[in-house]
Amino acid sequence: MKNLLNFLYRNNFFFVFLFLEFICILILIKNNGYQGSSLLNSSNQISSRIYELESNAKEYLLLKDENERLSKMNTFLMNRIKLGYAAIPLKTYKKNDTLYKQEYEFMNGKAINSSVNKRNNYLTLNIGAQQGVTHDMAVITSDGIIGIVKDVSENFSSAMSILHKDVRVNCQLKKDGTYGPLIWDGTDYRFSNLTDIPTNAKMKKGDTVITSSLSGIFPEGILVGFVDSYEQKPNESFYTVKVRLSADFKKVNYVSVIKYNYKTERDSLEIKSQVQGDK
Amino acid sequence: MINNIFKNSIRFIVLVLLQVLIVQNIRLGSYIILFPYILFILLLPFETPKLVVLLCAFLTGLTIDMFYDTAGMHAAACTLIGFSRYYILKLLSPREGYDPGLIPNVDSMGSLWFITYSAIIIFIHHLFFFYLEIFRFNEFFRTLLRVFLSTIGTFCFIYIVQFLFYKTDKNK
Repeated sequence: MKNLLNFLYRNNFFFVFLFLEFICILILIKNNGYQGSSLLNSSNQISSRIYELESNAKEYLLLKDENERLSKMNTFLMNRIKLGYAAIPLKTYKKNDTLYKQEYEFMNGKAINSSVNKRNNYLTLNIGAQQGVTHDMAVITSDGIIGIVKDVSENFSSAMSILHKDVRVNCQLKKDGTYGPLIWDGTDYRFSNLTDIPTNAKMKKGDTVITSSLSGIFPEGILVGFVDSYEQKPNESFYTVKVRLSADFKKVNYVSVIKYNYKTERDSLEIKSQVQGDK
Repeated sequence: MINNIFKNSIRFIVLVLLQVLIVQNIRLGSYIILFPYILFILLLPFETPKLVVLLCAFLTGLTIDMFYDTAGMHAAACTLIGFSRYYILKLLSPREGYDPGLIPNVDSMGSLWFITYSAIIIFIHHLFFFYLEIFRFNEFFRTLLRVFLSTIGTFCFIYIVQFLFYKTDKNK
């Protein structure tokens, strides 16, 4: 025993090193789960405050672009309200709201921090649990999809961008509905890859790619991007489609967070039938 | 002693803010990513006890993790260089040993010594960090390229930045 303690004491530098590395790996593994400890990410008090200050300063420089986008969005919305439509003069036409249920709710927020040049990119948003954000909610801008909320604190939340090695969003071709997961390969933030597209699918450059309802997070039909090129890799029976993303990840500022009202119901049902199927 | 701790704390805060507020926004493509904050670990005085270096490195890494959402990766890489710094200093030590009260920068040790010293440490940090970040082998060569290019980038940045500190030292 005395020898052992002596040995530990003589090599204390090495053992302290091993101990610290062990802690790091522990933090890393613990955070790899979908809901990691939220103390050590950018939604905690200190770092989110600093990022907010930075964002406030930077906002002035982006005002022009943002105004332009807002006015575009305004025109788009003005076109959809009653003002732009003539009433249908038929007595039989009747819209009863009890026939519709609201499936998705939209919340407004601002990205106070974002990145594009890492292998795994994240955004920090200025809305959190108090505003009703929970994990697994979709994040979009008026241009296209952005990411998925991962951790939430009281007033901030941190979202994985679709430029992340673990994020797979199910997307489809608008034309014929062929779907596959969208995976980022880590090279260029303007492009991502739509994989597992069967080789009998017909497409050409410029075709629209939208989200599919299979993801269970994004509503169906949100713009993702446009087909840039596609190829069949050797030994694979699928196409890999290079998609030009429609959202500009360098200029993400105001975002919408989407809540899927029936998520828990759908998830529990799917898990239930999967468990029964396994038996 | 107290003066030393004060100087290093200031350096720590300045470098972390530099990393988080400015360098994080420098975008040179996905292959060159700069981490000049490790200059703090490089510039700790020679006579700092090795355990203190190790702990400082660990805390620096954790601080950066908080801002970068990388949970433990920077801390792991920094702890590794805090550990290897002791052996690298030993390896590069001049025959008569280091003069007490000096810090390892270009001014006190000459540029050739500093280039060897910092290049080795930056390379170890980047190698460990980028492979830990990707954590799989199917992007092996792309990650290797990223390690080499980022090492060169960070080195150039650090070489320029440390002249700022060197200047203030000379005025005293």
